[in-house]
Amino acid sequence: MSDQQPRRVIPIKVERPSSLSAAERSAVQGACERLKSLPGALLPVLHAVQEALSYVPKDAVALIARELNLSIAEVHGVVSFYHYFLQERPGRHVLHLCRAEACQALGSVALEAHVKKRLGVDYHGTTTDGSVTLEPVFCLGNCALGPSLMIDQQLHGRVTAERFDALLAQSRELN
Amino acid sequence: MKIYVPRDASALAMGADLTAAAIAAEARRRGIEIELIRNGSRGLLWLEPLVEIDVAGTRMAYGPVPAEVVPNLFEAGFTDGKPHALGHGATEEIPYFKKQNRLTFARVGLTDPRSLDDYLAHGGYRGLSAALALAPAEIVAQVTASGLRGRGGAAFPAGIKWKTVLGAQNGQKYVVCNADEGDSGTFSDRMLMEGDPFVLIEGMTIAGLATGADRGFIYLRWEYPQAKLALEAAIAAARAGNYLGPDIRGSGKAFDLEVRMGAGAYICGEETSLLESLEGKRGQVRFKPPLPALEGLFGKPTVINNVITFASVPIILDRGAEFYQHFGMGRSRGTLPMQLAGNIKFGGLVEIAFGMTLRELLYEYGGGSYSGRPLRAVQVGGPLGAYLPESQFDTPLDYEAFAAIKGMLGHGGIVAFDDSVDMAAQARYAMEFCAIESCGKCTPCRIGSTRGVEVIDRLVAGDNAAQQETILRDLCETLTYGSLCALGGLTPYPVISALNHFPQDFVKPARAASASG
Repeated sequence: MSDQQPRRVIPIKVERPSSLSAAERSAVQGACERLKSLPGALLPVLHAVQEALSYVPKDAVALIARELNLSIAEVHGVVSFYHYFLQERPGRHVLHLCRAEACQALGSVALEAHVKKRLGVDYHGTTTDGSVTLEPVFCLGNCALGPSLMIDQQLHGRVTAERFDALLAQSRELN
Repeated sequence: MKIYVPRDASALAMGADLTAAAIAAEARRRGIEIELIRNGSRGLLWLEPLVEIDVAGTRMAYGPVPAEVVPNLFEAGFTDGKPHALGHGATEEIPYFKKQNRLTFARVGLTDPRSLDDYLAHGGYRGLSAALALAPAEIVAQVTASGLRGRGGAAFPAGIKWKTVLGAQNGQKYVVCNADEGDSGTFSDRMLMEGDPFVLIEGMTIAGLATGADRGFIYLRWEYPQAKLALEAAIAAARAGNYLGPDIRGSGKAFDLEVRMGAGAYICGEETSLLESLEGKRGQVRFKPPLPALEGLFGKPTVINNVITFASVPIILDRGAEFYQHFGMGRSRGTLPMQLAGNIKFGGLVEIAFGMTLRELLYEYGGGSYSGRPLRAVQVGGPLGAYLPESQFDTPLDYEAFAAIKGMLGHGGIVAFDDSVDMAAQARYAMEFCAIESCGKCTPCRIGSTRGVEVIDRLVAGDNAAQQETILRDLCETLTYGSLCALGGLTPYPVISALNHFPQDFVKPARAASASG
């Protein structure tokens, strides 16, 4: 925000005690320290926090707000606006399943039903063993070879129910 | 011996990394020395992973090559370009590829996307050299004369935008690339950034020279991690080669840029939302005016264009406006990289001059449906584009021709559906998508989309259907005229086109019959 007038946000509410661990706290502070001089630093900071902690914990929001001289409402508003930022701790793997039209044309609606049944969760849910969180995504850019999904950052195309089961077993084996 | 295995995300999704590893291992085992190059995709996506081998200067294609076939390929002598069941002869002689007009995508799939030397060896940075010899107004004049219109979807003349920024008051200006390619059925931005990132960097640098901006941002969607890696490698190489930085090639002119990641918001493909997001805010649409060209990023004059728009600029500067202008029809000049997607046999990227009909593209290139059933509907231009029935397949690919049938060419994405599609479900999805992705600024979009889902549910259930249809059409009109941006304004396109062209899908008895039959 270097191009804007400096301002000071006056906290009108006493912050409640943070439940972040020392390591989490230092990860958040480190991200802020490293990136806060960038113009429009908030998204890069949130990406760094989610990369380090796998989500953006509620208590990180207050800390980020203070470090970037923003209000908690401003930071919360941004975190909750973008689908990619997770506000709850996800499973060990995050599975993004494409819901967009090109994948629908290749039977993704049936695949979606299979995935939900197999995982026993709906979108935004985490399996009971804590291995997988299911998230919807609108287009992964693999529209000629759908249905598509992404596990962590790995893209897969032409996913059938059988292929999904194999990928799931593989992910669970890894961790 | 050079062997090419793409690192394009679509190729990786089909196992290209495993194929590359298998080729390296098999070559080692046989004591054959190879140079493995991870190129971009040629765009013949149904053949991915497409392995190419350089035989005496000719690239021979084999595909799709899963890892387990690799030993067999070596056995058959593919290193000498010998025939194999998966062989397709010379890549550039494959009709799907040969018939195209590859201007913007000239190097995609051909070169090593992370090698500056390879880029230079294939005509890279000639556009910048030409631009460095011109005054800013002369560069803008070239872009204007080429007839290049914004390739992101709105098709606004690029030269006019650039001229406005050039004429804006001095001080800090920005060049922003919209790489938030969120339309389903589109992947040309991704393929270009992964396959030839330097051409985007070159185009943005020329835009900086033309408008007096020295700082650029590429706003990239998080769903494209491979594109991020390719861009960052190319930016580092361009800096090291003095093609970016405080003194570009000794010209005394400065330009540098960085990649910023989006976070999963379709609306951030709308330019003013994108600027809000770059500023670190919620991606909410801004009122216009002021135009971003005058008050854009951080309130400063900003050139904001799509990936393909910027990437088309180097060839215009290199070969001249007339060369580019010569392609196309009517007011749609040059080429458009079309993307064949969805239920299509030969899906991929087809860069062609404007003017070909949709039917030629679907059948001569696409080969009909992937499922083998008849094509019933095609959505052109992303989730906000109209659903076209077979009777409209003869529409030429031209911005004005599509506008005339209440459709849009948009970013060139074509999603094909076979006859198993339920068009009422597609119309409902369009409203649902709008509800999920609305930024919330305009009431018709924020609330009307949810009401739209409910009305379609009642209509399909046969709950006073005639009245529901009236309400739905009325609601769509409110969305069209009461929304600031294209999300609310164009969501009625897929809804109304589905309703107009496929009314039988919205009628209860017909649905019950087709479900049981």
